[in-house]
Amino acid sequence: MFQPRSIQSSTNFKDKVMMMDYVLIFSILLLGIISMFAMYSTDGGKFDYHTRSHILRFGIFFLMFLIISFFQIRFWYQTSTLLYLSFFILLLGVKYFGLTSSGSQRWLNFYFMNLQPSELMKIGLILFLAKYYHRISTQDVNKLKFLFLPVVALVAPVLLVVAQPDLGTSILIALGGVTVSWLAGVRVKFFAYASILFISLTPIAIAFLKPYQKARILTFLNPDRDPLGAGYQIIQSKIAIGSGGLFGKGFLNGSQSYLDYLPEKHTDFIFTLFSEEFGFVGSLFILILYSIIIYRLVNIGNITRSSFGKLYCYSFATAFFIYVAVNMGMVLGLLPIVGAPLPIMSYGGSSMMAIMLGLGIAMSCRIYKDTPVN
Amino acid sequence: MINFGSGNTVIKSKLISRRMFVLNAAKAVVFFGIFGRLVSLQINEATKYKTLSDKNRFREWKLAPQRGIIRDYFDKEIASNEKVYQLHITPENSPNLETLFFRLKTILNLSDKRIFFLKRKIAKQKPWEPIIVSDNLTWSEFSRINLFLHELPGVEPIVSVARQYPDLSTAHLVGYVSQVSQKDLQKKQYLKEMSVGIAVGKTGLENKLDKDIIGKVGFQRYEVNAYGKRIKQIQVDSGESGKNYRTTIDLEVQKYATQVLEDKAASVCVMDIYNGDIITMASSPSYDPNAFVHGIDKKYWNELISNEKKPLNNKAIAGLYPPGSTIKIIVALSALENDVWNPKKYVNCGGLTELYGEKFHCWKKKGHGPMNMRSAIQRSCDVYFYEVARLLGVDRLSETAKKFGLGKKVLDGFIEERTGVVPSTAWKRKFIGKNWYLGETLHSGIGQGYFQSTPLQLCLMTAQIANGGFEIKPRVLANDNKNNLREYIKYKNENPNEPLPIDMLVSNFDLNPLFRNQENINFVKDAMFAATNEAGGTSFRSRFDDQKFMFAGKTGSSQVKRFTELQRELEIKQKDIVYKDRDHALFVAFAPYSDPKYAISVVVEHGGTGSGSAAPVAKKIIKKVLERDKFRESLKNLTGEEI
Repeated sequence: MFQPRSIQSSTNFKDKVMMMDYVLIFSILLLGIISMFAMYSTDGGKFDYHTRSHILRFGIFFLMFLIISFFQIRFWYQTSTLLYLSFFILLLGVKYFGLTSSGSQRWLNFYFMNLQPSELMKIGLILFLAKYYHRISTQDVNKLKFLFLPVVALVAPVLLVVAQPDLGTSILIALGGVTVSWLAGVRVKFFAYASILFISLTPIAIAFLKPYQKARILTFLNPDRDPLGAGYQIIQSKIAIGSGGLFGKGFLNGSQSYLDYLPEKHTDFIFTLFSEEFGFVGSLFILILYSIIIYRLVNIGNITRSSFGKLYCYSFATAFFIYVAVNMGMVLGLLPIVGAPLPIMSYGGSSMMAIMLGLGIAMSCRIYKDTPVN
Repeated sequence: MINFGSGNTVIKSKLISRRMFVLNAAKAVVFFGIFGRLVSLQINEATKYKTLSDKNRFREWKLAPQRGIIRDYFDKEIASNEKVYQLHITPENSPNLETLFFRLKTILNLSDKRIFFLKRKIAKQKPWEPIIVSDNLTWSEFSRINLFLHELPGVEPIVSVARQYPDLSTAHLVGYVSQVSQKDLQKKQYLKEMSVGIAVGKTGLENKLDKDIIGKVGFQRYEVNAYGKRIKQIQVDSGESGKNYRTTIDLEVQKYATQVLEDKAASVCVMDIYNGDIITMASSPSYDPNAFVHGIDKKYWNELISNEKKPLNNKAIAGLYPPGSTIKIIVALSALENDVWNPKKYVNCGGLTELYGEKFHCWKKKGHGPMNMRSAIQRSCDVYFYEVARLLGVDRLSETAKKFGLGKKVLDGFIEERTGVVPSTAWKRKFIGKNWYLGETLHSGIGQGYFQSTPLQLCLMTAQIANGGFEIKPRVLANDNKNNLREYIKYKNENPNEPLPIDMLVSNFDLNPLFRNQENINFVKDAMFAATNEAGGTSFRSRFDDQKFMFAGKTGSSQVKRFTELQRELEIKQKDIVYKDRDHALFVAFAPYSDPKYAISVVVEHGGTGSGSAAPVAKKIIKKVLERDKFRESLKNLTGEEI
């Protein structure tokens, strides 16, 4: 499968390097560097565990991103089913061997890191469906028998992740899958049916929700319901962001995070911390950086000739956008707190790994934009 | 892939691009929404969230200020602060309040009611604000708490200060402090920013001076983290202790007066007749103001309010008594000032006079015989003054009485002070709604009927006669205002036709003579001299032969219950009737006669007669005051030099 020969076969290495999207690379690097400073701030202005660990992870996975960019697009096409299946097996593994932390079983212990397979599944599902829809013709997309496999491929991992329980990640996985199907041309009516089914199943689903998950939804609807309990995170996050004002409180001066009013400041609420210290100007800068990354990813989709490449790049760009939007919407009090990390900025190895993998595949789509996949 | 059909691929690409276009539009909308939210939070509402963030970040602990100290004229403390041992609880630091209270209950003997009250209070305030469980622990309780301290998380033993009143004789004048009540908070705006648990002045000077004597509350502002741990101190303002005050009171005289009045329901006021300094304002029986500071216990409270001598009542300013015969000096003065009477005029006293068939008795059943004004004051002849009053009329009398200080508050800011009554025809119409009867004028002429006055008013009245008829403003708080009234009067007497030297003019620009003809004042003073120092005078028995202490005074007794004809017939003595029906005994005087300096008023409730029970009290106190005069003078000169 891995065919280094093929790299030489088409063009030389220098041309491939030239083909890379430097705006995208630069944006990712810049975001990574910003995230290191943010992490340094969460450690209370010390070069401490989180900072060191984050820099190390960013370094390793950024390198990984650059290396896998040169993998043939065909390689990803051919291994996508295998990747999806192995991620699925890992998810099953979590169910039986997973580590439990604060009430949910999400991680597998691989000595050098605790892996969260649900993060990888975000990419795996997109890859798998991109390949699937690449293979079937446009006419077949809306035939029921061709809808069966995508639905199973989407629902199975989502259910496993919901059971962990991890509502946030399961929603993000599902949205990624839905995006591919939408792009492939699945009719609006099927999405409508699915929505109706989903809504009618919601009351039953709610019965299965953990009390804290129910509380989060109720809290989102009314954050003042329990200001010291479930509503605490949203309220404190809004206070932190709002108090940042136009130019922020200054680096290392975010009182909300420094004094521990901010929950989960390394992970889900990293944007809040940044926003408190660098204000509206800083937040806008981050928002623009993410927009550039998404734009560049869409751009790769535009210039890639294969349907697989297009489907993958567009879906990944959209999924990436969804991760950003859900996280920001969450910390800004626009969405319930579901537990979704901010790509690249949040602390967390698996998330970083999945995002870099996704970006690497996209970059490979660019380098091999004219190469057929099969 | 080429054989897969390029046409299909193109169609597919177009489809994908079309659908992507929809998604991109959605992305733009969502990002714009996030942008809008950032604008709203960080620009439009930034101020609100900054405030909320500071509210999170900072916590303030208030520091109660120390109350100012009140001293007497000679700088002896009459209201001071003492060290007290207190027990505070910070609810936040206690993992389990229930068990904590259970432990405290056994260590301190707390009542269930108190615990209930404390729990309710804790529920109402912030968890980091300390609550006072006990503000005055005994040493043994305090050491027991310290012994068990490691088992009582959240408990803080604190050494604080609280009000202390070293001497009970000043209880009424100084008043007392106690816990803030809801009413205090409504009435006193400055208490709003004070910490809970601060003591507030309830009566007397403590209440009058409360705003300035209470001090300025301080605070410690800390930056705290989400778990309430203090990270660093941001700001400290240790506040200011309250203003200290020096009063005009002479604690020695005050103590002595209280001692003299012991077991009586009585009051003594002594005043400097030139500058209005109140040397003594005693009310008996006294009470222990210290009992109120930490919340009075029920038994003592019941004891105080059930006592028929009314210990809580400041009789000097809140006790109202008919002035009785002491009013005669005003009646005489008024008649002379209004030219309705010639002091040489004789009236024959036969023991009673009649008006429209109603009998008006003299206190002396047999009568005094022929009396002129001087002898009528000397012997306090009622019949003579019935006649004077009849010609004078109540309205002219009331005008003079008011001028000399009756019927209005003497001091400023004492909530318990009462106004009293100086009757007039207009007054009766307004307050009783009836017309005035001539008979009532006769009663008013001997200070009975509607007349009501406080001992301090009578003292002021006497002082303003004694100083030659000039208005003075009585004061309890010492100030260094130069007061040249005395020198002025001396200068005037020695150089009657020369203009005043400039410095006297300047310092006495508000000098207000209350007389039309000073001869009339001197006449009254002379008659008062006769009453005390000439045989037959009502207070002759209480006189001093020593020139140094010689005083001039007027007795009075005011009826509580009307004497019946039968009692009059039987010549019942005051001491033979029940306590509550006995007359109040009054005495007003000034001393020393040769060079008057002080005025005094004594009222003994149900004391019988002025000459019998009030004048002897006055005699003792006058002696004491005059003995201490030299100390007071030396201090006066001292401050004068400093200026």
